[in-house]
Amino acid sequence: MTMLRTMRRDLFLYLLVLPGLLFFLIFKYVPMWGVLISFQNYSPYLGLWHSEWVGFAHFDRLFSNPDFFLLLRNTLAINALNLIFFFPLPIMLSLMMNEIRTRWFKGAVQSVIYLPHFLSWVVIAGISLIMLSESEGIVNGLIAAAGGERIDFLTNPRYFWGVLTVQSIWKEVGWGTVIFLAAIAGVDVQLYEAAKLDGAGKLRQIWHVTLPAIRNVIIILLILRIGHMMDVGFEQVYLMMNGTVSEVAEVFDTYVYRAGILQGQFSFSTAVGLFKSVVGLVLVVIANRLSKKFGEEGLY
Amino acid sequence: MKSSLMATQGERWFSRVNALVLILVALLCLFPFYYVFVVSFASPAEVRQSVLLLFPKQWTADAYRYLFSTSAFPRATGVSLFLAIVGTACSLFITSMLSYGLSRKRLKGRRVLLLMILLTTLFNPGIIPGYLVVRDLGMINSVWSLIVPVLTSGWYVLLMKGFFDSIPAALEEAALIDGCNDFGVWYRIVLPLSLSSLAAFGLFYAVAYWNTFFTAVLYINEPEKWPLQILLQNMLIDSSTALGGVTDSALQDVPSQSKKMAAIIVSTVPILLVYPFLQKHFAKGAMVGSVKE
Repeated sequence: MTMLRTMRRDLFLYLLVLPGLLFFLIFKYVPMWGVLISFQNYSPYLGLWHSEWVGFAHFDRLFSNPDFFLLLRNTLAINALNLIFFFPLPIMLSLMMNEIRTRWFKGAVQSVIYLPHFLSWVVIAGISLIMLSESEGIVNGLIAAAGGERIDFLTNPRYFWGVLTVQSIWKEVGWGTVIFLAAIAGVDVQLYEAAKLDGAGKLRQIWHVTLPAIRNVIIILLILRIGHMMDVGFEQVYLMMNGTVSEVAEVFDTYVYRAGILQGQFSFSTAVGLFKSVVGLVLVVIANRLSKKFGEEGLY
Repeated sequence: MKSSLMATQGERWFSRVNALVLILVALLCLFPFYYVFVVSFASPAEVRQSVLLLFPKQWTADAYRYLFSTSAFPRATGVSLFLAIVGTACSLFITSMLSYGLSRKRLKGRRVLLLMILLTTLFNPGIIPGYLVVRDLGMINSVWSLIVPVLTSGWYVLLMKGFFDSIPAALEEAALIDGCNDFGVWYRIVLPLSLSSLAAFGLFYAVAYWNTFFTAVLYINEPEKWPLQILLQNMLIDSSTALGGVTDSALQDVPSQSKKMAAIIVSTVPILLVYPFLQKHFAKGAMVGSVKE
């Protein structure tokens, strides 16, 4: 009787998790098997079971393709620029915000600088167009009004990576401070008092108290970012890309979209995606090891 | 206040410069909104004449009247609202059911299940295998393709499960003895207890659904089913995008620049509306956001 009741009781618990588990099975685990088509000449009519197996042919094709080095170069360059120009900014910004003692002012600044994070990339692309377009953009309007020559920010390959970096900074710099501000809030006030007694000014307090206190958070985020060196946001690049800049704009995800969805080369594009995912996985695992080495919890 | 009394000359300058720089940063964040807002309401003559229109003298809502008298724009707005409302509700249901179940130690095999869910956060099979699943399910060009494949994610489940872990087992045991089943416990006890946490997840889901773009690029080919972000993209790239249905000749004069700006404002306003509520949950959101791809 008790057993029967337990079973009935647990039955509902299993029913509760069933829809979610089905979701993970269908939309996360079936695609994991789906990567097998990168070793086939997949035909939608034959399906996974009957398509012809071709081994590593698609990977050979990828690595011997000059496009591959372009993809790799663009991906790494965009990420490197982010690392150099974007990464330090939220740290600096949160140190500055921490110096604000007036509560409403700090709250107002926070509200304003977090906002762009919640906008879609389409809106960001629209705003970029309004600012930078050669014929109608404000920046060029001002340059022209000052007697200068208009600059083709959006169609010149030379500026493309810079435009992406500025966009990322505008969208995410404020949001990036959330985690640092939380870490700074945990610093013991007594440390500042002690530093003051020793004659440390504001800058010395930041250097000797605040920065060491958030060093671990900085290292973890740095490592995680390096772990995602293969990822470039699809939406951002897809929206800013145009014919004249495609050589510097094409990254793995946009290439997979073009070759796979638009041209129907399912097996080849899956191979490209799989290459990116495997390298990404290795990087994340290494990053996680490193973060544990620094005495932090790591990602998993 | 004590520190300002003891502040030296140098420190006072430090705070002033600091505050000034922060104000500049905030203005840089706000300026595009202000500009887009102003131009969307400015009169056609002023929009055509000025390079940098900051203070229009004549205000008009014609650009908005134009957008909402087309057939495409209200339809796309409707699709996005549907996604934000129905999608968020479905996501909250499925995520909270699964997370609650996984947080109960009675569930057999929960360690394996948690591990399998964690694995999905580390390895992403890529765009094409996921696309083929959606296609094989016959969901291409269905609005459900924008909801069902993104119902939940490993990160959301693990995060919410962490929250449910703190609900004591004694609570559910009492209800189970009283003859309630687990479904009832989840619905009548657990959900009401976690309203503020669910609200936080719900707001982040709603923003994500409202901003739906990538999945629509993949799965929707028919313009009648476009969500707002795709329509907006088409309007921004190509000023002549046909929106259809405008008969009022007074609205034919609206400059394309103003239409674009008005469309940007419309697709931003819902986010501004939920923003004050979002702010309460930033700490939680930072965790959700920082681990999302």
